[in-house]
Amino acid sequence: MMAKLIGKRITRNEDPRLLTGQALFVDDVELPGMLHAAFLRSEYAHAKLKGIDLSAALERPGVVAAFTAEDMGDDWAPGPPLVIPPPTIEDVEFYTRTQVPLVKDKVRHAGEPLAIVIADSRYIAEDALDDIVVDLEPLDVVTNIERALEPDSPLVHDDLESNLAAHLVQEKGDYAAIRESADKVIKRRIVIERGIAGAMENRGIVASWDNKQQQLTVWDTTQSPIPIRNGLASMFGLSEHQVRVIAPFVGGGFGPKIMMFYPEEVLLTWSTLKMGKPIKWIEDRRENFYATTQERGQIHDVELALTNDGRILGMRDDFLHDTGAYDPYGLTIPLNTQCHALGPYDIPNFSSDLKVVFTNKTLTTPVRGAGRPQGVFVIERMLDIAAKELGIDRAEIRKRNYLPRDVFPYDNLIIDQAFSSFVIDSGDYLPAMEKALKLIDYEKFTQEEQPKLREEGRRVGIGVVSFIETTGVGPYEGARVTIESSGKVNTATGVGTQGQGHFTTFAQIVAEQLGVDVRDVHLVTGDTAQFHWGTGTFASRGAVVAANAVNAAASIVRGKVLKLASELLDTPEEELELEDGVVRVADIPTQFISLGDLAQRSNPLRGAVEPGTEPGLEATAYFGPKYGATAFGTHAMIVEVDPETMMVEIKRYIVVEDCGTVLNPLIVEGQLHGGVALGIGNSFYEKLVFDDNGQLLNASFADYLIPTAAEIPTIEIAHQVTPSPLNPLGSKGVGEAGAIPVPALFAQAVENALGVDGLEILESPLSPQRLFELFHGEEKDA
Amino acid sequence: MSEAMDITVTVNGEVFQKTIEPRLLLSDFIRHELNLSGTHVGCEHGVCGACTILFDGMPVRSCLMFAVQADGHEIRTVEDLGTMENLHPLQEAFQEAHALQCGFCTSGFLMSILPVLEGTTDLSEEDLKRAMEGNLCRCTGYQHIRDAVQLAAEKMSSGSES
Repeated sequence: MMAKLIGKRITRNEDPRLLTGQALFVDDVELPGMLHAAFLRSEYAHAKLKGIDLSAALERPGVVAAFTAEDMGDDWAPGPPLVIPPPTIEDVEFYTRTQVPLVKDKVRHAGEPLAIVIADSRYIAEDALDDIVVDLEPLDVVTNIERALEPDSPLVHDDLESNLAAHLVQEKGDYAAIRESADKVIKRRIVIERGIAGAMENRGIVASWDNKQQQLTVWDTTQSPIPIRNGLASMFGLSEHQVRVIAPFVGGGFGPKIMMFYPEEVLLTWSTLKMGKPIKWIEDRRENFYATTQERGQIHDVELALTNDGRILGMRDDFLHDTGAYDPYGLTIPLNTQCHALGPYDIPNFSSDLKVVFTNKTLTTPVRGAGRPQGVFVIERMLDIAAKELGIDRAEIRKRNYLPRDVFPYDNLIIDQAFSSFVIDSGDYLPAMEKALKLIDYEKFTQEEQPKLREEGRRVGIGVVSFIETTGVGPYEGARVTIESSGKVNTATGVGTQGQGHFTTFAQIVAEQLGVDVRDVHLVTGDTAQFHWGTGTFASRGAVVAANAVNAAASIVRGKVLKLASELLDTPEEELELEDGVVRVADIPTQFISLGDLAQRSNPLRGAVEPGTEPGLEATAYFGPKYGATAFGTHAMIVEVDPETMMVEIKRYIVVEDCGTVLNPLIVEGQLHGGVALGIGNSFYEKLVFDDNGQLLNASFADYLIPTAAEIPTIEIAHQVTPSPLNPLGSKGVGEAGAIPVPALFAQAVENALGVDGLEILESPLSPQRLFELFHGEEKDA
Repeated sequence: MSEAMDITVTVNGEVFQKTIEPRLLLSDFIRHELNLSGTHVGCEHGVCGACTILFDGMPVRSCLMFAVQADGHEIRTVEDLGTMENLHPLQEAFQEAHALQCGFCTSGFLMSILPVLEGTTDLSEEDLKRAMEGNLCRCTGYQHIRDAVQLAAEKMSSGSES
């Protein structure tokens, strides 16, 4: 089949609704008699709860109900873990401590909910929070992950011996032995702090129990509507078919909206079941800073063992990962870090000791990148330092260590976040690097321009880093494709959508298979009443797992169309073509039948559907890859640092991306732009600052700086295509790719620009203040 | 709680008379009293710009105003631009340049940029940056929005000539 639509820059089907304000977001849901909820949250990060008095709140006019953990009785239970610890890793220690719906015994992070108030309006519900009298006894707080492992540290969970949440060691080869024979061993400590996802839409939930229909409907800003439905049904003893979860248009996800179950999801559902009235809760931005999950937050002690000519012999990466107050998301983030620290490189000996640590802070779960940026930061920074110490060019040392193109599939022999062996399906790293070097004119910049500008006293620098990204992991997604009697095509899939363009890319695939206009393919995502098998939108898997399920379903429908048309037109299937919404006999344009007519004929009101056949032109299909499709690329940038203000200007930014088959270049470029922008925020502007009491000091957009149009440069993108052999479309994910290498690249380019002997950037994010300190050789504040 | 107040406000050309609490935010009034949910609320502290509307022709953050302040004034929201079948040239440009992903911040961008382009379609790089830097977008990295504004400027300048 000739690709007519796949790979084309097609504008989006969903845009007219979004552009005219007609798209439904959760806060747009209005139901008759709807009540509004607000949560009382702990100001303390660690405190014993001694009592809550709701009586004054309940007396306030307009307040309908208010509940504490005690009121939930037997329904109060810590949330089920979202990802179980990996059974396939030997000797893994893992202590599951999941979040609770409302605090019962003690508060473990600031922002944890203590009570819910339900009132006629949001204003009254929020007023009533001030009426609640809470008796909290503050406890000593631990926020620092190293401090948390000291024997005398305060304990986040009193029933555990320490704040250790998990411990595991992964090894391949024999690092200790190779270290002895290495020409050079480089050892550094790398610190990476936390940031937020910062979706423009905060979280929100509308839960509505209809007692007469015995039906629960929940509109939820979740990335994962189907598991939410199944979980809520199981929690509250309902049949899964009594629960409909709708993730309508969601205003950005970036990871935290896949966390399950947030206390608010449980509380809103519990409350509507109890009260029989629809209830809405919309998170405010301050709550988002405290109560929505965050990421990054690791300390690495790294060693790289090399030969004198820059070949990596082995790496040791022992690190601590901050999980915050609970660990429902298991080991996903740090396992990603561990795997991506290997990068696109041939590292025969590897040893990594990982400790996951509880602290009195908001929990961490994946944020766009999900542990990968940390791993990339570690290996890329170590290579930069090695290059400097060995007198090798930065690009050259990478080239010397790439896995060669004929080695794939390549088994890295450690376990990845899917709990299977970390196999890279395909890759071709050298051309991506060469292309990036050419596009940024690396040779000319380093040989001519930079020395000249340096002489003028200007601090300009260049950076170039490579990365890989595991994408498109299983278990599976599904889709149902139906040709309707109008000739239009309905497609339903379980993944939710938060702006990735699913309404268009999936439509392109269907349209290509069935020969219809992309605008005539109507897509439903994220409504469990329409499709109820699947897991969700995460891990850059929409364009791989869901898209291939859509392709499979559409291909079956195509087969049905051809079979029926062949009978009706009395022509062999091979002589038929699907185009412009009709099936026609090739070379005889007058002999055709429309898809709409075929759909009607396949679903007759009289006569008989033959035994062994199905009515309708419809098919449901699933796709589950054996393991992930690994994307990769090289980013390069030129920066100038103002030595007075330490502001960094990005003068050029190059992305060479290989995400296999590109389904829609317009959308892929949009994903890359957004990823890089988040990466720039992660690198220089965005850092969550907690004080020693676990208070977040910058919990607003006025204090926590998300880059604006003024900070983000033009991003020049070039594609390379190495299709994944693991799926028929050959696609790989690209949703997170943009963000992953940026902090490593930024650090390298800025370090190069400053050009100070001995100045090494071993932390992320940076800031103008921090660069000033580094530049002037000042020690960091404790 | 203070007494409810009567206000008369013109929104998208239609006159509304409502009795409201003085503390009601203009953003909530537009969204939940008038059911014009195209105006979105992202931060409620005047930084993200998602709730931007035109207030007597000037872009303002509707989350930073009380609805009572709109008494006697004229408001335009995203619903006053084109329809799904007949998009405004600025909306068309946003679709053509892929200037939106999740679409949550989009109404705010449209309402910030609209008066700029209605003033002049001859924008320098600096003008463009200034027109956009008051609004946050987490999805697009702004590049396609920049492209869209330039495209819209072309569309709107050729439109006004014809």
